Amino acid sequence: MTSAAALLARDSFVELDARGRIRALFDGGRFRELIDPFERVTSPWLLRQGVVTQSDDGVVVAKGEIEGQPAVILAIEGAFQGGSLGEVGGAKIAGALELAVQDNERGIPTRALILFETGGVRLQEANLGLAAIAEIHSAIVDLRRHQPVIGIVAGTVGCFGGMSIAAGLCSYLVVTREARLGLNGPQVIEQEAGIAEYDSRDRPFIWSFTGGEQRARTGLVDAFVGDDCQALRDAVIALLVRGRPEVERSDAYDHYLDRLSRYDPVRQVTPEIVRQVYERGEGT
Amino acid sequence: MTESSSRGATWLAALTENAAPVAGYPASVRVVDAELADQPCRYIAVLPDESNPYPRARSGEVGLIEGWALAKAVHEAIDADRATQKRTIVAVVDVSSQAYGRREEAFGIHAALAGAAGAYAKARQAGHAVIALIVGKAMSGAFLAHGYQANRIIALNDPGVMVHAMGKAAAARVTMRSVDDLERLAADVAPMAYDIASYATLGLLWRLLDVGSADQPSQADVISVRRTLTSALDDIRSDPTVDLRSRLGGPNRHASSLVREKLLAQW
Amino acid sequence: MEKHQFQYTAGAPAAGRAVVGVVGSGDLEVLLEPAPAGLTTVRITTSVDGYGKVWQAQLDRVFKGTTVGPGGPAVALEINDFGATPGVVGMRIAQVFGALGADAGAVS
Repeated sequence: MTSAAALLARDSFVELDARGRIRALFDGGRFRELIDPFERVTSPWLLRQGVVTQSDDGVVVAKGEIEGQPAVILAIEGAFQGGSLGEVGGAKIAGALELAVQDNERGIPTRALILFETGGVRLQEANLGLAAIAEIHSAIVDLRRHQPVIGIVAGTVGCFGGMSIAAGLCSYLVVTREARLGLNGPQVIEQEAGIAEYDSRDRPFIWSFTGGEQRARTGLVDAFVGDDCQALRDAVIALLVRGRPEVERSDAYDHYLDRLSRYDPVRQVTPEIVRQVYERGEGT
Repeated sequence: MTESSSRGATWLAALTENAAPVAGYPASVRVVDAELADQPCRYIAVLPDESNPYPRARSGEVGLIEGWALAKAVHEAIDADRATQKRTIVAVVDVSSQAYGRREEAFGIHAALAGAAGAYAKARQAGHAVIALIVGKAMSGAFLAHGYQANRIIALNDPGVMVHAMGKAAAARVTMRSVDDLERLAADVAPMAYDIASYATLGLLWRLLDVGSADQPSQADVISVRRTLTSALDDIRSDPTVDLRSRLGGPNRHASSLVREKLLAQW
Repeated sequence: MEKHQFQYTAGAPAAGRAVVGVVGSGDLEVLLEPAPAGLTTVRITTSVDGYGKVWQAQLDRVFKGTTVGPGGPAVALEINDFGATPGVVGMRIAQVFGALGADAGAVS
């Protein structure tokens, strides 16, 4: 197939909104949404600040099956307020993960997928967003005892802030080339540390450090796939089949402290240095 | 900021009576095994280190090494106590932010902070009593990593004590408002406020504690805090659950409970 | 931020409900639910002030003209708008009515 034909045959995941992505991942595209838009459980905090609310507060909770096994998908809508989490959206994710834990304690093997398209805490709800994210962290760690928790970062928003920590807690992460995964947004780093340290307008620079491909090459994510619905679903299924990892990435403190000890921070870092240290365990 | 002006260092020293730290940790993460209520207790604080090899993590920020070192400190307690009495873990919290820098993003500071947060959560879920004592700043990713997974959170009632997702100046820039505008909004929107009294209305704190001096605690202050930590420990021990549900139910968190009720009903 | 409300003569209640769109920059969310026979109500919350007449004109065309018209289904429309152009508004309204025919549940 020519590359143009291949491009046309691809079924873009990145271009889909939250519900579209959920549909692409579940068996037969079938799912049941909880607290759907018609319930209008919206942010209690945005209207008084003159911000128009979205009926689902930017998070969709959906139950369905993946390869015949029960699963819940938590999908963040990146187009609404940059996918930032407020009280309601955060509670939808934390609460659903908590219920998945309860299912497993009763013998129902519900697994969870989180679609991370988020800048982190919604600043208009600051401390309630932050608190909800702490509850999400707790629930991921709890659910991990029973099932692998899988995160997808597809782009274009990427995954930043407190939710990047949630991604770091996932058993497995699937990313595309378009994705970025990092703690701090580029603009904030530039503001805090200066443009010489981090140029927020230099896209190749940003992707070279936090883009999906680099994260895959340096072992910080588990699957790097093309922007195609089938490829993403296949990657998720393969990871579910793999089951819980022997050691969760976030528990591998010894490994990371050891690797980081081989990097001398007196040198500024380059993408190649990260690959050298993480991929090959070499000193700098 | 010099070490002597760090509230984290001050309170850690006061609560542990200057006990020597556990070896094997960087200067920015002090781990002290001491006691609380005559039982084993590991106290952990993140401190400023002017000589931190990472230039963006010299003022008490939680950076790459700090994140993984916190994970190590908590995991080692979990592993050591697996078959014995599970020591209490007290996170002494005075963290102004996560570290912002190229090195940090390149090597995955998000993963390092996940290491810390995950370790504290595991400790709590394994039956360790985890208490967060906020003596200064508890900001954003740094607090998520160090303190926010505690069973109970105690804060000193002091103008220098603050919990938030982003500092005022940075938040103003990101939301494209003036700092004055933000402060006006915060007066009406409790979760946006910077003062600890407003934070207390969210129902996330177990206790807001008055002390004579948060910067230079008197012996009476230290006794008062120790007593409060002991009460928190008793409260944790008498609680059959090890999750974070005690944070729900505050008047400004009504939607957080409503969402959970609806999810349960529709599950 | 402004709110607007418009009402139109309509026919029998719509046979389902649907939701389309997102409250993203230049976009809008439209929720459609059945209304009692005879009356369609459109409630708009928009981030852009001063466009009441533009909304009116566009919705008049939809509900008084041939797109849906006075014989069309009686609906309660809720629009949450973040600065969409009339073109995008028209697209989302057409989309939400189209979703009614295809699938009575939430559609994107």
